[in-house]
Amino acid sequence: MRLFLILLSAMLVNNYVFVRFLGICPFLGVSKKTSTAVGMGIAVVFVLTMSSAISWALDLLLVRLGVEFLRTIVFIIVIATFVQFVEAFLKKNNETLYEALGIYLPLITTNCIILGVAIVNSLAKYTFFEAIFNALGAGFGFLLALVIFSGIRERLELYDVPKPFLNLPISMITASLLSLAFMGFQGMIK
Amino acid sequence: MSSKLSEFTKGIIKDNPTYVQVLGMCPTLATTTSAKNGLGMGLAATAVLVMSNVVISAIRKTVPEKIRIPIFITVIATFVTIVDLLMHAFTYDLWKTLGLFIPLIVVNCIIMGRAEAYASKHGVVDSLLDGLGMGVGFTLSLVLLGSIRELFGNGTIFDITIWGKAFNMFVMILPPGAYLTLGLLAALFAAISINKEERAKKVAQAQQAQQTQQKAGEVK
Repeated sequence: MRLFLILLSAMLVNNYVFVRFLGICPFLGVSKKTSTAVGMGIAVVFVLTMSSAISWALDLLLVRLGVEFLRTIVFIIVIATFVQFVEAFLKKNNETLYEALGIYLPLITTNCIILGVAIVNSLAKYTFFEAIFNALGAGFGFLLALVIFSGIRERLELYDVPKPFLNLPISMITASLLSLAFMGFQGMIK
Repeated sequence: MSSKLSEFTKGIIKDNPTYVQVLGMCPTLATTTSAKNGLGMGLAATAVLVMSNVVISAIRKTVPEKIRIPIFITVIATFVTIVDLLMHAFTYDLWKTLGLFIPLIVVNCIIMGRAEAYASKHGVVDSLLDGLGMGVGFTLSLVLLGSIRELFGNGTIFDITIWGKAFNMFVMILPPGAYLTLGLLAALFAAISINKEERAKKVAQAQQAQQTQQKAGEVK
């Protein structure tokens, strides 16, 4: 039950994009088309879950050695290496998956949601499964936000937006309204 | 001298990292619940940006091309850790409010962007000025955003009462207010630059018309 609550909380109540403001750069960057949004979202879910598992184990090691202050450096290096590794692995072993996710993988290193979730897991002292479910929730929440947002942006293309509001400003205001909708989930889980 | 000055000032208006380059959106949106928090975040990022720019510029000739990105990230992460520990020691309240977003300075695209696009190609002094300018530009944007949100959400700026609780819109302090304020500000800046362009176009057209008239007069 607790695992389910963590999943739901990370996905809807504390949605990482709309409430916690993590992963805004890819959220604005790759949300022009629904198809690319889905690709990016799935790549994030995959990398996020894997990197959470790795960083959970590393955090245990850091605490054991008494060097928690090295967390930021160790996590970012491991995540960057891991993403490169996944890319190389997919390229060699799974051609179709590589073609589907390939172009999004390098972008993921700079996605603050990956490092953010790793640090949240570490600060909240989650157990292994709690960390995994938190990562899954964050990933699916990101995917959900990206897909909804890209759907709206595709429709926006058809409308006559005032010139100063073109591109970034109108996207921001759309995101504001979506964020307002997601505020409706607040209080669902106490 | 003027070129050195322009290294510094370009980050403030012309290449403003937030409104013009649209970099580093996560901390911009998340930490501007008040002017004070925005200032704190801006200064922390500036400190990291200046120090990492200087170091990366100093080691740029010894770093092999292929592994430069991991090395840059390590340098940046080191400075972020230093700033994190310093803030924990000396400004505990601010450290607590900013929380997660201090370690996340590592993945702030402004810092990596400046390291890759500027510091790895220019000298130490230029990189220092560039980092300082970009940092000041980032800080000013955050303070502007934070002030507006604090003013409409709480009626104060930097905890100084402006109009008290008269127009309290709590939503401005919540996440939707962040997106809304940034959207409106970006639209405002876009409107100003569009206006400027059109005015320049009109001046150019007027000049052209004058020239053709003169030519026509000469022919007569």
